[in-house]
Amino acid sequence: MQKQTNMDTTPYLEKVCQTPHAKKLNLKLVSAGEQSVTLILPYSKEIVGDSVNNYIHGGAVSTAIDTACGAAIFQLQNNLRALATLDLRIDHIRPAAPGEDISIFAECYHLTHTIAFVRATAFTDDIDKPTATALGSFIRSNKQFPVS
Amino acid sequence: MSLVNEINNIKSRHDYEAIVDLIPYAKTIGVETSMVGESIVSSLRFIESNIGNPAIPALHGGVIAGFMENAALLHLIWEIELINIPKIVDFSIDYLRPGQASTMYSKCDINRLGSRIALCNVSTWQEDINKPIAQARCHFLLSENKPL
Repeated sequence: MQKQTNMDTTPYLEKVCQTPHAKKLNLKLVSAGEQSVTLILPYSKEIVGDSVNNYIHGGAVSTAIDTACGAAIFQLQNNLRALATLDLRIDHIRPAAPGEDISIFAECYHLTHTIAFVRATAFTDDIDKPTATALGSFIRSNKQFPVS
Repeated sequence: MSLVNEINNIKSRHDYEAIVDLIPYAKTIGVETSMVGESIVSSLRFIESNIGNPAIPALHGGVIAGFMENAALLHLIWEIELINIPKIVDFSIDYLRPGQASTMYSKCDINRLGSRIALCNVSTWQEDINKPIAQARCHFLLSENKPL
C-alpha cells in the first residue's frame, strides 16, 4: 500500500515507546519505513521466563510485537486514528540466545478505514533466522490518537 | 537442583506462591497466584508500569498477552507430571475489551494433552467473569521427538 501524505509521524512514533509499560521493558525504536518499523527489546533479567536457560518470556516478546505493529500502522495511516489490537498470533520458532537483544520488524501490509493488517518478525542478528513471527489485525477508531 | 525438581518440590509443598518467584517476567508484571480447589489460578494486580495507554488509562495489550501465556504455563505445570519445562510453540489472542486499571483474573483449560503437545485455552476478565477482556489459545511443547 502507498502512504497518502507525507505527514511527519516521528512525534507519534516516539510516544509508542514512552508508555509506562514500553518504558518498563525499555523498548527502543531504531528505524521506521513507509509502512514498517523496527524496534528493539533489550535483554534484561527482569523479562526472563526460563531462569535455567535464561530465555526471554514469550509475554515480553508479545508486548514488543504488539507495540511494533501499532507503530507500523501509524507509519502508513494518513490520519492518526487510535488503534486497538483485535487479534495477534505469534509463532515461537526458536529461542533467542540468552543475553541477546531481540529486534522486531513490523509491517502494516494492508489498511482499510476500519481495519489494519500487520505482520511481524522477531530476530536477534539475522532477520532470515527469526526467533518468532506474528500476524495480527487492529481496529482503527473514529477518534484521533491519543484518546483523551 | 534442576528447575523441574524445584517445581516438583514446590508442588508437593502446595506452595503456589513460590512458583512465581521462578519466573522473573511474572514478577515484573505483578502476577499473583492462589488455589481454587486443586487448581492454581493466576491474577494480575494493577500496577502503574503495566499501562499501555495512559490517556484511558488502559493496560498494555502485551501485558494481557504475557499474563495469559504465563497463566497457561503455570496451570500446565501444576496439572501435569513434568518431564521438561513446557515450551511455548504458538500463542494466539483475541482482544474483546480494553483492560482497565484494575485487577485481572484468569481461567485456563487444557483442551488436549498429548505426550508431546498440550493445547490450552485461557480467558481473562476484570469485574465480570461474563465479560472477558481477552481469550487466548496456545500450544506448548512438552517433549521433543528423538531423531529417526
